Amino acid sequence: MTVLAPITRLVGPALLILGAAVVLLPFFWMLSLSLKPADEIFAPGIHLLPSQIEWRNYLKAFEEVPLHRYLLNGVIVCGGILVFQILIAVPCAYALAQRRFWLNGAIFTLVLAGLLVPYHVTAIPVFLGLAELDLLNTYGALIIPFVASVFGIFLFRQFFATLPADLIDAARVDGLSEMAIVWRIAFPNAWPAATAFGIFSVVAHWNDLFWPLIAVSDPDLATPPRGILYFRDEEAGSDFGPLMAATTIITAPLVIAFLLAQRKFIQGVTMSGLKG
Amino acid sequence: MRRLWWKIVDTSGAAISLTVMIELKDVTRRFGTAVALDRISLTIEEGSFTSLLGPSGCGKSTTLRIIAGLDQPSEGDVVFAGRSVTGMTAAERNIAMVFQSYALYPHMTVRQNITLPLAMREMSRWERMVLLDRLLPSARRKSAALADKVHAVAAMLHIEALLDRKPNALSGGQKQRAAVARALVRDPVAFLLDEPLSNLDAALRVQMRSELTDLHRRTGRTFIYVTHDQSEAMSMSDRIAVIMQGRIVQVGRPPEIYEQPATREVAAFIGDHPINFLEVRAAAGPLPPPFDAFALDGAEAGRRIVVGLRPEGLRPAADGALIGRIERLEYLGSQAVATVALGGGYSVRAVLPTESGVAAVGEAVRLGFDAGRVHLFDAGSGERLAAGLVPLASGAVRPARRTTR
Amino acid sequence: MTRRLPPRVAAALTDTALVAPATLAMLVLIFLPVLIVAVLSFTDYQFGAETFRWIRFENYADLLTDRIGRRAVVNTLIYVGIVMPAATLLALLVALGLHGMARRTPGLAGVLRTSYFMPVAATIVAMATVWQMLLHPSIGLVNQSLVAVGLSAQPWLSDRGLVLYTLTVIGIWETVGYNMVLFLAGLAAIPAHLYDAAEVDGARDGWARFWTVTWPLLGPTTLFVLVITATRAFRVFETVATLTRGGPAFASDTLVYAMYREGFVYFKAGYSSAITMVFFACVLLLTLVQFRVLNRWVHYR
Repeated sequence: MTVLAPITRLVGPALLILGAAVVLLPFFWMLSLSLKPADEIFAPGIHLLPSQIEWRNYLKAFEEVPLHRYLLNGVIVCGGILVFQILIAVPCAYALAQRRFWLNGAIFTLVLAGLLVPYHVTAIPVFLGLAELDLLNTYGALIIPFVASVFGIFLFRQFFATLPADLIDAARVDGLSEMAIVWRIAFPNAWPAATAFGIFSVVAHWNDLFWPLIAVSDPDLATPPRGILYFRDEEAGSDFGPLMAATTIITAPLVIAFLLAQRKFIQGVTMSGLKG
Repeated sequence: MRRLWWKIVDTSGAAISLTVMIELKDVTRRFGTAVALDRISLTIEEGSFTSLLGPSGCGKSTTLRIIAGLDQPSEGDVVFAGRSVTGMTAAERNIAMVFQSYALYPHMTVRQNITLPLAMREMSRWERMVLLDRLLPSARRKSAALADKVHAVAAMLHIEALLDRKPNALSGGQKQRAAVARALVRDPVAFLLDEPLSNLDAALRVQMRSELTDLHRRTGRTFIYVTHDQSEAMSMSDRIAVIMQGRIVQVGRPPEIYEQPATREVAAFIGDHPINFLEVRAAAGPLPPPFDAFALDGAEAGRRIVVGLRPEGLRPAADGALIGRIERLEYLGSQAVATVALGGGYSVRAVLPTESGVAAVGEAVRLGFDAGRVHLFDAGSGERLAAGLVPLASGAVRPARRTTR
Repeated sequence: MTRRLPPRVAAALTDTALVAPATLAMLVLIFLPVLIVAVLSFTDYQFGAETFRWIRFENYADLLTDRIGRRAVVNTLIYVGIVMPAATLLALLVALGLHGMARRTPGLAGVLRTSYFMPVAATIVAMATVWQMLLHPSIGLVNQSLVAVGLSAQPWLSDRGLVLYTLTVIGIWETVGYNMVLFLAGLAAIPAHLYDAAEVDGARDGWARFWTVTWPLLGPTTLFVLVITATRAFRVFETVATLTRGGPAFASDTLVYAMYREGFVYFKAGYSSAITMVFFACVLLLTLVQFRVLNRWVHYR
């Protein structure tokens, strides 16, 4: 037994490293293909690394589809959603946490109930409503359905509840209106909650395919995931190098954000666990 | 040189003026069915230092919040300088407040904390806007004036070096000063202080007490001070309003409160040492032991009364009226607190001097007191009685009692 | 002098201004739609149609009796049934390994943790197209490797018997890192002195300590992870839409994908609403189970 001990002690780490390699394999393969010349991609046999770096795949990705347009759409949609979510959720969360309003109980019940509803459930009526308002195929169609973030209200409420009542009273004495207290006192002090929520929201909507697939058919409004599918299905079905370059570019923003701010990122993303 | 408003006041002493500044008229505050304040009436004179004193949960903070405009009375009226302010917000009433937790804005520097109330008061919405405040000439002029004021107030409280720090980087005492500076920087009708010293350690608390009374003298403003610490209230204020269970039970100068407590509860609450209460039944002649050396003047026989004896009012005396044995002794240096069993189930705590040696546990002592400084209360209602203790002529009764022991 | 509102009215107006946008948005965008979906599920409404008929439970009956409808339900259950335990168990193993490793080689443990979490940070549609490359019948790395070691290539995404299981593997791949982080948090919350106590009480080897301390204290975390994994798995859509579109021959059809296809490709809003309601019921049921069990856990701990 004692002879084997060092070996068994190495088995665990070895397995962990092997597992990590398997997990990372798609990333590696994506990068590798995105840098391979086309003929090498289709060559038989296993070539893990490109024999020569083919940067042109990245240029081609931008040429074959309006990749910059997809990225811009992603930024507009994610940014728009986040801004409206915060504008709407924060004042409500403040009222729920720091004011005695007779409807607070009822509204908080709505928030908790709302946490149980996956957004897929509301897709059909929201689609009908947007069609009725003639908003399909607009940025509005991509943004409006998500502006009511019950999760945002919940999160900010929990955070605002920890603000001392004295702090709010001090601001009232100093002459701030309630709206001013929300944005000048409460919100700046909820910065950790705000960053976590921001990451949560942006990750969810940058990656979402379900709703963009439903709400827009105009390729000019495609978000990054939708754009990837356009690329794959229409333009250059088998131009794998540029396709992989495009997926790399679209995956890069969030992965880089994750690598730069791991703790915050993990916090933000795993918070979605609270959401049913 | 610009005139700062707190320099107007003469330095000879407290500015004594008898104008009524703040008045509470029959203020009642209910939370649901619970009555937090029950028809409170109080007048606070301009320039006075008034303490609202009471145990926690008595309603003193609610009273302060109603004065501040942070809470509204369910019934009754709040009057500032003859004008009703009921319904006005805190900002409209122009009061300044120092909070127990200091309530400094954590995301702002001390300078920004102090500037905020000034800016809210003196600058328009546009002038406060980011960027615009750099561009508008009026905003530039005003913010320069504000910066001067902030500096003056910081200098007064010796926190100039801390102006660019955030509250988290300050010690308790520094936070306290910054909070006071924020209250002081504008020209408020009154300063409201809500237990501002309770988060400080003992030494700092004593120091800040004198700084606050200093500040009161220098500014000549009305200070309203909420505390549960009777020694703070006694040492700092001109007047104390004792609040218990949502009612004001007594208002008076500190000596009045100490010497003439209106109720048994007030007597118990005031004083460094907890007062002794001994319940006896009034009799026509001499009172029952241990007060058999006294008769009661002014209360009918048979009534149950409570005799309040302050431990610091009891002293060892050869002809002392109370005879007993030391049961427990707490040595405190300049004095010692003795628990003395008097027989008949009675016992009292007495503060004994230590310079002529300390008595020992088990020793017999005789304690005397000044009959004029005894407090008598009705045992049922706890109200102060107009009655007094009268010493009987000689020790005729006492030898007899000694033989019984 | 301006007329002053009574303080109570002024406060109520302020409160209303603060909560009204959020409350209205919640009602219009969440609760009203849920109601409408429920109502629509009892109709034969089609997008663009002028009228509709009440058909009571016909949509539900279709979903559960029709071969295609039932496939979606069964496939989703199989998918959840595999991903839930597998992603939880693997994540637990990885978390235990990394937790132990963090004491000896924190640097390596950090790198590995980052690696395992990478799929969570990545855009799933993009990664699904990469998986498509990996699983490509002829030039995919997976089949090339199989051939290289003498095994036969598999039609991972086009074989009816295989495709659902291929999707579950991708599902596990994208979930393990997420669950691992939850387990790591749970492990970090276990006070070290409990391990000392267990050792004093005779639990000498790691295995014994795991069963006496780690596992009981990790119970609530495990349950939480199981439920989270299940609710996420129930929503599987992106990989299906990217890789198979439910095919071949509905072999990888799932509830959310069927909801999308019936509603937004075939415009059968009524039928799609019924699928939505079934999906919703599954997710709600899971959440209720979670509350129930978690409450009991808290009480009896």
